[in-house]
Amino acid sequence: MDLYEYQGKQYFARFGIPVSPGGVADTVDQALAVADEVGFPVVVKAQVKVGGRGKAGGIQLADDAEAVRRHAGAILGMDVKGHVVERLWIERSSDITHEYYASFTLDRTAKKHLCMVSARGGVDIEEVADSDPGAIARLHVDPLDGLSAAAAAQLVAEAGLHQVAREQAAVVVQKLYACYEEGDCDLAEINPLIYTPDGRVHALDAKVTLDDNARFRHPEWDQFAGTETTDPRERLAKEKGLQYVGLDGFVGIIANGAGLAMSTCDVVEQVGGSPANFLDIGGGANAAQMANALEVINTDDKVRSIFINIFGGITRGEEVANGIVEALGRVDISSPIVIRLDGTNAEEGRRILAEHGSDKLEPVPTMIEAAKRATELARGSRP
Amino acid sequence: MSIFVDESTKVVVQGLSPTSQGLYHGLRNRAYGTQVVAGTNPKRGGETIEGIPVFSGVAEAVAATGADASFISVPPPFAAAAIIEAAEAGIGFVVCITEGIPAHDEARAYNLLRRDFPHTRLLGPNCPGIISAGKCNIGITSGDIALPGGPAGLVSRSGTVFYQALYELTQKGIGQTTGVGIGGDPVPGTSFTDALAAFEADPETKAVLMIGEIGGAAEEQAADFIRDRMSKPVVAYIAGVTAPPGRKMGHAGAIISGSQGTAKAKMEALSAAGVSVAQNPTEAGELMVDVVKNLV
Repeated sequence: MDLYEYQGKQYFARFGIPVSPGGVADTVDQALAVADEVGFPVVVKAQVKVGGRGKAGGIQLADDAEAVRRHAGAILGMDVKGHVVERLWIERSSDITHEYYASFTLDRTAKKHLCMVSARGGVDIEEVADSDPGAIARLHVDPLDGLSAAAAAQLVAEAGLHQVAREQAAVVVQKLYACYEEGDCDLAEINPLIYTPDGRVHALDAKVTLDDNARFRHPEWDQFAGTETTDPRERLAKEKGLQYVGLDGFVGIIANGAGLAMSTCDVVEQVGGSPANFLDIGGGANAAQMANALEVINTDDKVRSIFINIFGGITRGEEVANGIVEALGRVDISSPIVIRLDGTNAEEGRRILAEHGSDKLEPVPTMIEAAKRATELARGSRP
Repeated sequence: MSIFVDESTKVVVQGLSPTSQGLYHGLRNRAYGTQVVAGTNPKRGGETIEGIPVFSGVAEAVAATGADASFISVPPPFAAAAIIEAAEAGIGFVVCITEGIPAHDEARAYNLLRRDFPHTRLLGPNCPGIISAGKCNIGITSGDIALPGGPAGLVSRSGTVFYQALYELTQKGIGQTTGVGIGGDPVPGTSFTDALAAFEADPETKAVLMIGEIGGAAEEQAADFIRDRMSKPVVAYIAGVTAPPGRKMGHAGAIISGSQGTAKAKMEALSAAGVSVAQNPTEAGELMVDVVKNLV
């Protein structure tokens, strides 16, 4: 789960990482109230989960109430790369002497945590990594050892941070590690981490991705939920525990497992079709999950046929079949369904489907043939 | 021969109860011919479930039965501890199918095994398990889709495409030595490279089918290994050719950012390493037919 900047800063603050005083605002009036409280000058920042908001005009300095009114009015409702701004973060403006970068993420290749620190913050760090890789100091952290104060100090020195900022920056890096590790983040990034004229180091931005798998031990994450996706179908799927990604095509896809779902999209494309979505019903899916999946796909007007591709392992064929039968009874599925069912208890599943005998349902023995048939049906029914 | 597990492997199912996934799949594994010799459950030590003696912990199970492999399907909050318990008891091969383990738990468990239990190999988590055709099946693979006798080895990151690939091989009459599902999580205990090295060393495995997917750099690392260290032919398929960039496709393993980890980049790296790259699982099976035909 990606956090908004303001949520990331709230999360940082829990771990003692210094951030600017500020507050959220969903209206111009709220923005004015927050600005009054934190004191002028303030920065009005669009809250969207996409980069490039600064370039789009979504970050503005305001010296007085009139400027807050003007900027908040302009930024609320603004479109940043398809994301509509519904919320602002208003914070006390900071004077900046130096801008740095610090982050933690998992290095899958090294199978250890990777800390990156640079004296060249405030810009696109990926560009720095490409043009001047030496400007980023890197350290692998073994999760069993953690990050010592000495290692953090050495890293900020290696990164070439200014002498005056090093001591505080090393402390922030250690706190960022605590946030990343204890806070179960996939990514914890500060860009920029600033040094102010009055000698303070603090986080001016926050980019945090939480590991959804760790949700069970973080009840405090509930406050972050429900603000992630704007696509109604993706939201519906998520509520039902399905992994759904909308695509542009016309063949609805339901498969078990991310790999097979992707592979199913690939094959549909290769036989001349075009997938309308990626939908993974997950491992061990039961009848209810299959029925939910069909309901989600059924709300998509682009869909002309549905291809259900199941290879049972932990998912059992009879459960899949029962789910399809249940869904057909519960909702009026508007598209023809092509199903390919193999693996655990597939014969039992095929028997259940045959007994049901719906003319909406066409069993096809192989993945490629099923993809071809689904594409054919979709093309035939296109208006 | 086979890799990692065979007919002599003795399996303890961790977290066995009358209603557990472990029992359902453990019984299917036993029906396949796998020696399922024990189960563990801290509350059920001394009981017998479906003929499987239950012990309070893995150490007790090992002492009583000589188990040398374990099967873990416990829920995510308990999985990392179960893996470590198995390692502490001296289990050499741990299969963990649990999906949804926090990445930090995985990273800690992986590094702990590396440091303190170098003789324990973890397969998974979030994987279908392993099947040495006709000998031993640990995990959730439907045994009837595997064909014993070799000469093919199979290694896959994706679970369901693992089944699909086994099935494609079997349908085409190509037997398997061992199929290894390494799982799609960020920190898999066994990598492509580990499995490829084992297949390279196994005299009965003559060719390998490798199934990758988008995201990460594991396939690229495998390509380096194949180029530098493998003499046996390899066929590969990468799932997610049509996946849009920047979107998470279902689980932690399958995300691409920018040009990194795309199917195209992986397919090119594998081709450059001399691997025959297929466009879909069916074509992968067909390429394996050609490879097997040309084996001396």
